[in-house]
Amino acid sequence: MENNAATSRTMRKAKSRIKASAGDRIFDYCNYTFMILLIIVTLYPFINILAVSLNNAQDSIKGGIFLLPRVWTLDNYRYIFRESTIFHATLISILRTVIGTVTTVFCSAMVAYTLSRQDYVLRKFMTIAFVLTMYFNGGLIPNYLLIRDLHLLGSFWVYVWPGLIGVFNLIIIRSFIENLPESILESGRIDGAGDFRSFFHIVLPLTLPVLATVALFSGVYQWNSWFDVFLYNSSHINLSTLQYELQKILQNSNTTSGTSSLDGMINGASGAQQNTVTPLSVRATMTIVASLPIIMVYPFLQKYFVKGMMVGGVKG
Amino acid sequence: METKAILATSGPAANKKPKGIRLFFIKLARQRALVVMSVPFLIWLFIFKYVPIWGWTIAFQDYKPALKFWDQTWIGFEHFKFLFGDERFVRVLRNTLAMSSINLVLGFVTAIVLALLLNEIRQVAFKRTVQTISYLPHFISWVVAASIIQTTLSPDGILNQMLIWLGIVDKGNEILFLGIPEYFWGIFGASSVWKDIGWNTIVYLAAMTTIDPSQYEAAEIDGASRLKRMRYITLPGIKPVIVVLLIMNIGYLLESGFEPQYLLGNGMNVDYSENIDIFVLKYGIAQSNFSLSIAAGMFKTVVSFVLLFAANHIAKRAGESRLF
Repeated sequence: MENNAATSRTMRKAKSRIKASAGDRIFDYCNYTFMILLIIVTLYPFINILAVSLNNAQDSIKGGIFLLPRVWTLDNYRYIFRESTIFHATLISILRTVIGTVTTVFCSAMVAYTLSRQDYVLRKFMTIAFVLTMYFNGGLIPNYLLIRDLHLLGSFWVYVWPGLIGVFNLIIIRSFIENLPESILESGRIDGAGDFRSFFHIVLPLTLPVLATVALFSGVYQWNSWFDVFLYNSSHINLSTLQYELQKILQNSNTTSGTSSLDGMINGASGAQQNTVTPLSVRATMTIVASLPIIMVYPFLQKYFVKGMMVGGVKG
Repeated sequence: METKAILATSGPAANKKPKGIRLFFIKLARQRALVVMSVPFLIWLFIFKYVPIWGWTIAFQDYKPALKFWDQTWIGFEHFKFLFGDERFVRVLRNTLAMSSINLVLGFVTAIVLALLLNEIRQVAFKRTVQTISYLPHFISWVVAASIIQTTLSPDGILNQMLIWLGIVDKGNEILFLGIPEYFWGIFGASSVWKDIGWNTIVYLAAMTTIDPSQYEAAEIDGASRLKRMRYITLPGIKPVIVVLLIMNIGYLLESGFEPQYLLGNGMNVDYSENIDIFVLKYGIAQSNFSLSIAAGMFKTVVSFVLLFAANHIAKRAGESRLF
């Protein structure tokens, strides 16, 4: 209701500025209504899950939780962080996000710098070699066999090595460097800076905006990954991640046809805890924990990733 | 001096070529800092992206994991013949094409419409807010999205509750949306739109900023309505971008995704949810039939490769900027 009031107010303002025709006013009205509907459809599922995660688990089973919790509690959050598997998985998620992102950003920037140097003799060859891999990949089994033969199964580094350089990231960093004013790089060279010095002291600081974009993409990718955990480390519980733990819970509730039957993890819990948590509330709480870091970060990087998408998407 | 030395060692016939190679190495030595910075990653690229292609040979073998490469039995195209005679694979192919087409058409139309509508909002703060919120689902994982979608579609989820409220569904008779195979493509399409509609508008909105504002002013003076301005100025203004993206996306016709189908799929909707990627996973990992799995994956990659190259070529010919 409040939104509607705001809408009509803005419409009145718009009307005083430009003499809008009746048709245009109807259009505006529909447009704003549509946008508000879009916001509701996008946000409601998150708000609903948040409400369930903050509601008493036994009470949630009765259903009817929509926007606000009925019986407020933090027990669900307390439970999942006391559960050592999930706590450990969260740590691994954080670790792979930090290490994976830092290495990707650094390595991609370094290669992008060399590829931006018009006089570099390997420039053309390397560009083609990298870009070609956008068109094909070995596929699931060949990649699995490679990882096995490299003895990366059951290792943390399987989260870092395969994604070390993303071609898309490479392209957007390279075109950013190419658009830097030539005079800055020139002046460095005249001062006798070698390629290492130019890269670390001139290029790296100047490309921070685009590196923020790449860091966001890579961080999101790392944080959200679960398939590589499933494929390579599913028998190594100490290398499991938050997303994979959530996926396992989902899969369990899937096989029991959507109804909330207690899954193994909760069955294994002590009697006292069994009374306080249910798969429904654990799933809701983990969904929030698994998405919250991203939800909190991405709005602040909007300016950067929008620019990154424009460069990478249209120009290449 | 240098040319003389080369002449002496390699004879006059090879006069030009060694000079090139020699020059190349001299340059390379001078650029050794750049080499140190990039060649290790070239090796990385070779190992992680090119070496796995060697695994495609398994598709032509009766692969036994215990045997060495040279001891495998080569059986030619047997696995491919089997695939195309296999009822299950044909169904998988149908699902792949159906879901990627749904994704392509729905994804395009909804994103363009949203971009057009967003472009008409004069209130900058409101527009910004809508945009920021619309990007949100793009950033969450498909695992989280699947959890949300399952909750929404569950018997006591919001969708069933609304249908009850509207009197379409009786209480106690709630629809198990994910249990009805025929609904799966629709659920997949809606989920994909929900997740990426906002994200996909970025490119179009960027293209719209390049349209000359005087065009709008002129149209306004001529009395063109908002809808007409959208239809005759904005839409033609972003046409080049639409064309390029459309062509490029046709290259991804066999890439219908993996995660949504895997995470939302279940025993009940498998006939409609299983696509090539899941087929590859099930045969390869669950049944350890590496040869057949690789053959299916290889088929997908080769067709995609050809489609993408053709698409890129057509986009270039169309005089539009390429994607790569």
